[in-house]
Amino acid sequence: MKKATVVWAILLAIFFVMGVGFPVWGADEIKIGVIGPMQFTQGEGHWNGATLAAEEINAKGGVQVENAWLPIKLVKVDSNEFLSIPDATNAIELAISRHDVDFLVGGFRTEAVLVMQDIAMDNKKIFMGCGAAHPKLCERVKEDYDTYKYWFRITPINSRYLVKVDFILLGMVAKIMAQQLNIPKVKVAIVAEKAVWADPIVGIAQKNLPKMGMEVVGVWRPSPVATDVTAELSAMQRSGAHIIFTTFSSSVGITFAKQWGELKVPAAAVGINVEAQKDGFWAATGGKGNYTLTINTYARVKITDTTIPFYDKYKKRFKEAPNYTAGTYDAIHMLVDAIERADSLDPDKVVPELEKTDKMDTAGHFVFDETHDVKWGPGFVTALGTQWQDGKNVCVWPLNWKGITYEGAVPYVVPPWVVEAYKK
Amino acid sequence: MIQNIIINGLINGSIYALLAIGFSLIFGVARIVNIAHTAFYMLAAYFIYVGFGYLGLSPYVAMPLAVLAVGLFAVICYKLFIDPIREHEAAVLIATIALAMVIQEALLIGFGGHYLGVPPLIKGYAEIVGVKVTYQHLLALAVALLALFGSWLFLMKTKPGLALRSTAQDREVANLMGINEARVAMLTMGISAMIAAIAGAIVVPLFVLDPHMWMHPLIMMLAIVVLGGLGSMKGSFVGAYIMAFAEVLVVFLVPMGSFLKGSVALSIMILVLLIRPEGLFGIAFEEER
Repeated sequence: MKKATVVWAILLAIFFVMGVGFPVWGADEIKIGVIGPMQFTQGEGHWNGATLAAEEINAKGGVQVENAWLPIKLVKVDSNEFLSIPDATNAIELAISRHDVDFLVGGFRTEAVLVMQDIAMDNKKIFMGCGAAHPKLCERVKEDYDTYKYWFRITPINSRYLVKVDFILLGMVAKIMAQQLNIPKVKVAIVAEKAVWADPIVGIAQKNLPKMGMEVVGVWRPSPVATDVTAELSAMQRSGAHIIFTTFSSSVGITFAKQWGELKVPAAAVGINVEAQKDGFWAATGGKGNYTLTINTYARVKITDTTIPFYDKYKKRFKEAPNYTAGTYDAIHMLVDAIERADSLDPDKVVPELEKTDKMDTAGHFVFDETHDVKWGPGFVTALGTQWQDGKNVCVWPLNWKGITYEGAVPYVVPPWVVEAYKK
Repeated sequence: MIQNIIINGLINGSIYALLAIGFSLIFGVARIVNIAHTAFYMLAAYFIYVGFGYLGLSPYVAMPLAVLAVGLFAVICYKLFIDPIREHEAAVLIATIALAMVIQEALLIGFGGHYLGVPPLIKGYAEIVGVKVTYQHLLALAVALLALFGSWLFLMKTKPGLALRSTAQDREVANLMGINEARVAMLTMGISAMIAAIAGAIVVPLFVLDPHMWMHPLIMMLAIVVLGGLGSMKGSFVGAYIMAFAEVLVVFLVPMGSFLKGSVALSIMILVLLIRPEGLFGIAFEEER
């Protein structure tokens, strides 16, 4: 009897060690938790991008690991992070402890992702960030590599690079307006929603625009959820601005564009307007957002060979263009490549393979820097400048930028009423 | 700049007034603090969106239908959730908060968190004393003023209006005089919701629809009602314009602080209350029934 107990104990110990030490053994699928605000566009983008990637990989037989072909199973995790950060932490805990996911992709709000990142790292789960732009998320990898090495950012480019692109777009429009309309000194009105992420952009703009040969005529900071900005627009028009430099991520971006177009304010709108990245922008503004220019990730241009096929497939399937959180598509493909190279699901073996990523994917050429952040610049991921032109969100940048022009990009168009106002 | 302030203040004030007057009406008549009031406003906006976007109705048909539907919905909600607990004012307050949350969550499930819009009924803009104003804003101003006038006419010149006013003055005496107070309360609920729905119909082409759009106007409306004096229609009317002008002034005078426009308006409310706790046109608390 005593002997039998000992045998059972040894067997149990062996099973325990096998279960912990060899994650692939016995696994019949790879569970990837797709975490995001699923009731909102950003979460839908996460889920849709991941769905396409999983379907493609499963159609080819799955992922080859240790002589087995494992299908991908996606687990939808609603973080509700738009409304509640505690909900996001509960959601990721649930994904890890109850759904027992092997990997995580997604996340949107930096405040929420910082917390979710900690939970994922504590559990040694590889987390492919596809939504939050704050540099801190990746700086943590450098500060404490052993803890945070399981984190990688795929999309968007970090906010420092976003600001660079933002100013490149502003400079491009200022140059076009100066040349086309003979404006000796371009005047710029800065309008940014009152949010922490927008504060540095406003500061940099106030400091840098005079150095760029432009004059700042005023700064307006409406609430991110303002429902009426006609007073602000009237004030901007009075200021004599030629360009309105926008920094919006919330619904005020639609309100602004709708009323800007309706009032035909004689100033071009350029900058960040997250709502203008979405297909629904045209309908939401009733077409009044025409000529709005914003930073973007996807448009129907040939960034790489896979961009247009992905864009078309996504649009056909989900009846809308992919937004930047649909970068889960690239994330899952990259992750699968790394798993196959590592021939293991062990995160400590997959991480070094992910670090070696050098891949042309839908949003550009992906290479990670030492902080596990996606590299930005000519030859890497650049992001795009897209402008609404008569119902289509077309790529207007890069166009002859440091030798880069994406096939399908078209020139920027100054809004006709602006041309009319300044034509001499 | 003064022209801008006057025109923008008038337009915003009229929309706020429409919301606040409906809220004051139901509070004055039935002593119901209806937190779901702006949720009815939101519901009307979504009904119009569905009627116009999905059912292909003309906005001129969708808007009155939405106003009627919201009125009917409010009456049903009153019968189901408020009437059984009407004697407990705190419970009624909580019930209306719950109702508003249910409406919000239902819209979130139905439409997601997407920002939606409805095109303006009249496109383009007019220049009034050098200020660009969209025709839709002018239409909103006209409809708001008409609705406010219509409400005044209804209350002052009709028999049901008289019943409403007498119930507002003294429920018990009105009951003794043969006025069915319970029915008046239900009717008031429907009318106030319809006034909120008219505000929703006016703003739907101007604003962005999302399932949380009821919250900001709720705060402003409560501030206006407290500023004007709880239950005072005249107070709500005047308070709405004070708040709207305060907001517009902030945008023009402190552009960097335009996000503060709500806070400044609320600060004015607090200031008025410190000087005159019953609000501008309210009944002093100690004299209240």
